[in-house]
Amino acid sequence: MVATPTAQVEIADYQYGFHDEEDYFFKGKRGLSREVVEQISTMKGEPAWMLEVRLKALDHFYKRPMPNWGADELKDLDFDSIFYYIRPSEKQGKSWDEVPAYIKDTFEKLGIPEAERKFLAGVGAQYESEVIYHSLREDLTKQGVIFTDMDSALRDHPDLVKQYFGTIIPANDNKFAALNTAVWSGGSFIYVPENVKIEIPLQAYFRINAENMGQFERTLIICAPGSYVHYVEGCTAPTYSTDSLHSAVVEIIVQEGARCRYTTIQNWSKNVYNLVTKRAAAYKNATMEWVDGNLGSKLTMKYPAVWMMEPGARGEILSVAFASDGQHQDAGGKVVHAAPNTSSQIVSKSISKGNGRSSYRGLVKVHKGAENVKSNVVCDALLLDETSKTDTYPYIEIEEERVSIGHEATVSKVAEEQIFYLQSRGLSEDEAMSMIVNGFIEPIAKELPLEYAVELNRLIQLEMEGSVG
Amino acid sequence: MADSTQTPMFEIENLHASIEDKEILKGVNLTVNRGEIHALMGPNGSGKSTLAYVLAGHPAYEVTEGSIRFNGEDILEMEPDERARKGVFLAFQYPTVIPGVSMANFLRMAVTNVRNARAEEAAADGGVAQKMTPREFRRLMKEKMALLKMDDAFATRYLNEGFSGGEKKRAEILQMALLEPSMAILDETDSGLDIDALRVVSDGVNALAGPEMGLLVITHYQRLLNHIKPDFVHIMMNGRIVQEGGPELALELEAKGYETLRAEFAAN
Repeated sequence: MVATPTAQVEIADYQYGFHDEEDYFFKGKRGLSREVVEQISTMKGEPAWMLEVRLKALDHFYKRPMPNWGADELKDLDFDSIFYYIRPSEKQGKSWDEVPAYIKDTFEKLGIPEAERKFLAGVGAQYESEVIYHSLREDLTKQGVIFTDMDSALRDHPDLVKQYFGTIIPANDNKFAALNTAVWSGGSFIYVPENVKIEIPLQAYFRINAENMGQFERTLIICAPGSYVHYVEGCTAPTYSTDSLHSAVVEIIVQEGARCRYTTIQNWSKNVYNLVTKRAAAYKNATMEWVDGNLGSKLTMKYPAVWMMEPGARGEILSVAFASDGQHQDAGGKVVHAAPNTSSQIVSKSISKGNGRSSYRGLVKVHKGAENVKSNVVCDALLLDETSKTDTYPYIEIEEERVSIGHEATVSKVAEEQIFYLQSRGLSEDEAMSMIVNGFIEPIAKELPLEYAVELNRLIQLEMEGSVG
Repeated sequence: MADSTQTPMFEIENLHASIEDKEILKGVNLTVNRGEIHALMGPNGSGKSTLAYVLAGHPAYEVTEGSIRFNGEDILEMEPDERARKGVFLAFQYPTVIPGVSMANFLRMAVTNVRNARAEEAAADGGVAQKMTPREFRRLMKEKMALLKMDDAFATRYLNEGFSGGEKKRAEILQMALLEPSMAILDETDSGLDIDALRVVSDGVNALAGPEMGLLVITHYQRLLNHIKPDFVHIMMNGRIVQEGGPELALELEAKGYETLRAEFAAN
């Protein structure tokens, strides 16, 4: 099948910028309307309550103004030009053989089936609006683990979905959460039963293919008491001259004593608006960890959040962003302490290059009565040249006195002395720059499974190429 | 290829260099041959460290006149990494901290780059290109760390981050040991070292020096030269080499002090 390299001049540094010819089972019309929402629901054969949820959310979306904070680029986002639903094939594959050849080909280029064989306990792959492949290791299925796509979950586990869907991020939370709730399709559903610890990661891979595509996956993870899961997602899209939109919602419930780690290595092409709402609720002695790697995209606005609902809960957010030419990464994290004796940490690292701009935006909130809260925020920005920009927007709302809150922020430039030192040891200027940048993100890279750390380093390497004038 | 038995190995001729339009080097002449150890002494601000930086190719300095030839080849236009691959090494007085980069990763990259470049050069000259395997690298690193009495844990630490003065200098000499330069410049390697560390570092340097290597030892004090014995001593003042001699010159200087010397030259 054909994978057409597009606009090669501009995408020379983006390896996944190719796209497939469209050969779809169903492609809806451009633009958003009540009809589009109804059509999605009908095609999926959803229960009536979900259609109701969608239509209510659509109202919220229409009523809600665009956020007046954040990035100026939001103004250029044209909701009418987006395709809200594309179904690439009629059914989902349980083995890669059942996946349409051209899609399988794409995922092979992205290294997915191979990764599954090597180091994953389960894999989901979403292409446009639908998950086209899903699998979970048999022993985990036997232990009662559910790892499937949201559409199947709604069909096969309606009670669980109904109980938790929209409870962490309600449709009226923000404009983009409303949009996602109205038109969601695909995404992962994970349920880890009590005391089951999944030692190796589950992964989902999200691929946008069509021009002006909107991808609105919806992910829901429920960690029953004492359980553990590490979920990893990767994302890519072709490079087009017009914009695509990725607006996901991720809700996570981490019950007593459970631990959930959610790792994202996002590498969208530079025409993608990436506006994602991610939030977890952590209950008694539970731990939620977000590891968020933001490369690529035109504009990313994403602040993974942990709400610590009961004593002993812990939230950790590690975020790394790379803003290259023409990109704005507005990323960070939110921690909300709603109970005493809870602790949190946010470590944010950003790198800006060319006319790229990175912003740290973060919230530390401590509710009245949440005594003995400890929270520490560290955000470091690295500028690679004179033209790149960075800024910091830390919001701190503390309603309790007996708390310990730390915040430190640094901005540094790659020093000529560092480059010279490494060059004097035989590294080229490019290699020296890459090494400094990789060192800068090392505190986050070392938290990743080896394969992803290697991938992150490699992606940064690609971003760095030609960065030295 | 130049015949190395006749061409001086490392030849600095009438070197003038400035930083931000301020001339620091005002015509330096100095030649180092294989197997020779040269000491460069002089008061603070005389231009010693500038010379070291200029030889290694620091971009902040502009060479306005003169030449630096390495095995007959002018290296002035070469980037610092190209010089390093050719075999020039500078042990920094103040090594730079590179956060998050482990010694081992850094050394592997440096050694691979430098050795592979040399292997390719050897191959181009009809020799055999032998590239180093990761296993060979690890063995070599361990061996050289042992030579400098460095703990294994050192390899996992971030480059120069939180290093004591002595650890920094040891790390510099470790790099020298691994890169096997033919022309090594040590810039105040003795500063910040206690007596024991000074001995370890000097022993390390002496173990590396040999008939194939030229060494330029920059120091403020005689004490380093008790450990690393120079064949020649040069004294630099105000951007020029003003006096040259054998090892006895360093002792004389130690006895008289730079002030006397300064007065002598002011009188001339």
